[in-house]
Amino acid sequence: MRYLPLSPQDRAEMLGVIGVNSIDDLFVDVPQSARRTGLVDLPLHMGELEVERALTRLAAKNTAASSVPFFCGAGAYKHHVPASVDHLIQRSEFLTSYTPYQPEIAQGTLQVLFEFQTQVANLTGMEVANASMYDGSTATAEAVLMAHRVTKRGKAVFSGGVHPHYLHAAETLAHATQIETVALEPAIDGEAKVIDAIDANTACVVVQTPNVFGTATDVTKIAEAAHAAGALLIVVVTEAVSLGLLKSPGAMGADIVAAEGQSIGVGLNFGGPYVGLFAVREKLTRQMPGRLCGETVDADGKRGYVLTLSTREQHIRRDKATSNICTNSGLCALAWTIHMSLMGEKGLRGVAEISHAQALKLRDALKSVPGVEILTPRFFNEFAIRTPGSATAVVEALAKKGVLGGVPYARLHPEGGFEDVILVAATETVTDADIKAYQTALSEVLA
Amino acid sequence: MRFTKDHEWVSLDGDVATIGITRYAAEQLGDVVFVETPEAGKAVNKGDGCAVVESVKAASDVYSPVSGEVVEGNAALGSAPETVNADPEGAGWFCKIKVANAADVDALMDRAAYDAFLATL
Repeated sequence: MRYLPLSPQDRAEMLGVIGVNSIDDLFVDVPQSARRTGLVDLPLHMGELEVERALTRLAAKNTAASSVPFFCGAGAYKHHVPASVDHLIQRSEFLTSYTPYQPEIAQGTLQVLFEFQTQVANLTGMEVANASMYDGSTATAEAVLMAHRVTKRGKAVFSGGVHPHYLHAAETLAHATQIETVALEPAIDGEAKVIDAIDANTACVVVQTPNVFGTATDVTKIAEAAHAAGALLIVVVTEAVSLGLLKSPGAMGADIVAAEGQSIGVGLNFGGPYVGLFAVREKLTRQMPGRLCGETVDADGKRGYVLTLSTREQHIRRDKATSNICTNSGLCALAWTIHMSLMGEKGLRGVAEISHAQALKLRDALKSVPGVEILTPRFFNEFAIRTPGSATAVVEALAKKGVLGGVPYARLHPEGGFEDVILVAATETVTDADIKAYQTALSEVLA
Repeated sequence: MRFTKDHEWVSLDGDVATIGITRYAAEQLGDVVFVETPEAGKAVNKGDGCAVVESVKAASDVYSPVSGEVVEGNAALGSAPETVNADPEGAGWFCKIKVANAADVDALMDRAAYDAFLATL
């Protein structure tokens, strides 16, 4: 059945009201040269069975992450998500409930978001977390805008280790709000270089650990230098599982943590939807973007959950809101919280330990391949390798041999140099046989 | 003390104007939970937002009735925003502004005119 909401008579009446004869009259301002004549060459409609066949053929052209030895990371990590997570998030109480403005009918959703915030705050070592952002890159951009509001200064300095896509997202928003962004040269182990770029107009320095090359950095000294100059330290984390082992950003003096939560509870999903984690010091809470759930008591003194500090938000503060985000990644945040709850503190540490252990094995295996140089000095589960020639060519040759061997850095930042560098990641899903297969394939490719 | 139609009050001492919101405004807002006051040195134009007052119902801008430079924001409101409800036309002041033109203040309503204005609302 075709869905035709308007009858010809409806259309004629509507066109009459605005004073035109036909729908085509609405497009008279589009030059003839820009208009298409005739129909687009598309196949005719098909039945469900034929569509399924066609799409299955198309899908078979992909090499799925779970079908081959897989070592890609660079901001999206393939961790095991238990089947129970997917089952629980599909319960209709969760799946169909949307924006929880009415606490009297949304206690389940609100409580989940409250638990989510608590877990994010604990994991990042911060005092307050919001109910999630779209993803890590927009969380980073929002952190920069927030630092500008807090310090009333106009410059943000990015280390050369921040994921280039995160930098681009932040540049886009900062540009539109007249904040100057300074991006330092890409560097494998140079987070601390931001210290020399701090001046009296610096609102924030943005560093990442582990950074895009995998290097883990103790940012305590950077925090001290930023604070001494009246600037904020924003710490970016693209692999949330790393927080199961590494010292938390909060413990190292971060003022704002902007992180990608994808690696917990959320699959690779072709790049989205993901879930941004955003956590701050308590004194900065009122300048936070996004939704925040709070715990309170009802008229009978029973515990309950509500949206709180909403006066920061767009539906009340309009153009003076702290952000134009008016939602959150509710379903991904739910998956994150369920996965975290299933793992618990010990489970998360276990996943982190296995990921790190597999990454060490992978490093040793790749180091033994003639021509390969390991570049990352300290890492969690991802590191950069240098191979002779173009990294893109090596990765493509590996793919032909059935190994997805990592992400060429140049793919993230084509003008950034490092054309011979591949970012290589391991998680608990990588087996010893996968590592052996990579070592063999890389030896053949480089032979 | 002079008053605006936006329910701010101004009290001029020499060339320094103290600015707050009226008792009527405080009652309309309900319990004030947060106040953001400007920092000393900030230049403001007549009609600009110079402070934010937030109650459990709404967040509102406080518009400066005068042009000039902020001398002081009432830092005490940071930890005790309820002062705005308790003493809106006294200890609940928002900021002090060194006025560029004292005539800005003279042009505002006096108490009798403001009371008459309230009677029309």
